[in-house]
Amino acid sequence: MKNIISSSFDPEVQPKHLDKAYKSTLLRAPSKPLIIAKKSLSDSTGPLFEDFNLGELDHDLTKNSIKISEPLGERIVVHGRVTDEKGQPIPHTLVEIWQANAAGRYVHKVDQHNAPIDPNFLGTGRCLTDAQGNYKFYTIKPGAYPWGNHHNAWRPAHIHLSLFGNAISSRLITQMYFPNDPLFQYDPIFNAVPPKGRELLVSSFDLDITEPDFALGYRFDIVLRGHNATPFENK
Amino acid sequence: MKKRQTPSQTIGPFFAYGLTPEQYSYDFLSLVDGNMAEGINENKIIRISGTVYDGNANPIDDAMVELWQNDGEHKLFGRYGTGTDQNNAFAFRTIKPKSINGQAPFINLILFMRGQLIHSYTRIYFSDEEELNAKDEVLSSVPHERRETLIAKKEGDSYTFNIYMQGENETIFFNV
Repeated sequence: MKNIISSSFDPEVQPKHLDKAYKSTLLRAPSKPLIIAKKSLSDSTGPLFEDFNLGELDHDLTKNSIKISEPLGERIVVHGRVTDEKGQPIPHTLVEIWQANAAGRYVHKVDQHNAPIDPNFLGTGRCLTDAQGNYKFYTIKPGAYPWGNHHNAWRPAHIHLSLFGNAISSRLITQMYFPNDPLFQYDPIFNAVPPKGRELLVSSFDLDITEPDFALGYRFDIVLRGHNATPFENK
Repeated sequence: MKKRQTPSQTIGPFFAYGLTPEQYSYDFLSLVDGNMAEGINENKIIRISGTVYDGNANPIDDAMVELWQNDGEHKLFGRYGTGTDQNNAFAFRTIKPKSINGQAPFINLILFMRGQLIHSYTRIYFSDEEELNAKDEVLSSVPHERRETLIAKKEGDSYTFNIYMQGENETIFFNV
């Protein structure tokens, strides 16, 4: 079969494992070249999560962990379409997100940033794409926060996303950023992506999905890579 | 026209309340955990555990490990973070997949952590499958001196699979 998309991580848009400016990579990036292996059944498939019942509010971070009242911050709608590299939508695939609150603080116990925790905001959610590959979350715009990579290091505001697609090669964890963030130029994680890829990580403001009197809309489309064809598959 | 892939970014240090919430005692239901074999006959169950080491041979306490296996009969997925065990181990309860086309059984492992801008793929093979391992096309094609890094060591009904990001025993990672 020749019609398998030959698609490794695209070096023109994907970061390298090792990036000296992002110091945590120094002891954690594999140092030896990756090895191409023959494909098997399990490589060309992936988990489906068909038997898991998503909660009614799992996609709505403004409501899914209210204790007393609504969380603080600017309400936003994040939506987009998940496709493969041919532009074909990927329906019914899981999208998981997590993020800091409006003050730039994560609920995670390890986060020591001295900014307030919002008792009404956990900062995580999930949904499945619909039949056309569309997803939608309601959340609070996250704040920027400092980190220890170098002196006066701040991460631009971002939302973490985790996706599966149809095969293990389409697995993706990424971060969505907001337009025109002045911190982009100083952030080694954002800049670990080659210049052609950076704009792909920035959402766009979208008045069409902005909900009147309720929430600002941001669009973030996601493209998952296909199978990485090997000579073994060309029989 | 071919669309550009969305670039990968690190999972960062703060994924646990979103991706492995119950394991880390957050108030959110987990989709999956380390128990992949729920409802499967007890006498088939195996346990796989291990530690992820950085380039200084220190255990990594903020990695996330995912396992995926599909032998045509059982499609099993698991996820576990290395931040709750006192030795920073991951721990899975699953079954050994069947051999397909005479190849050695294996489980896909995907590894995520702060300090990885792209996740890493490796495979778990089994030390008590010597005959199939010896004939396996993938195991035969990897550098011989590094082959052992892919083989989980059996003790009782448990297997140990440690992962070394760098150094003398650096685990083989695949371009999947």
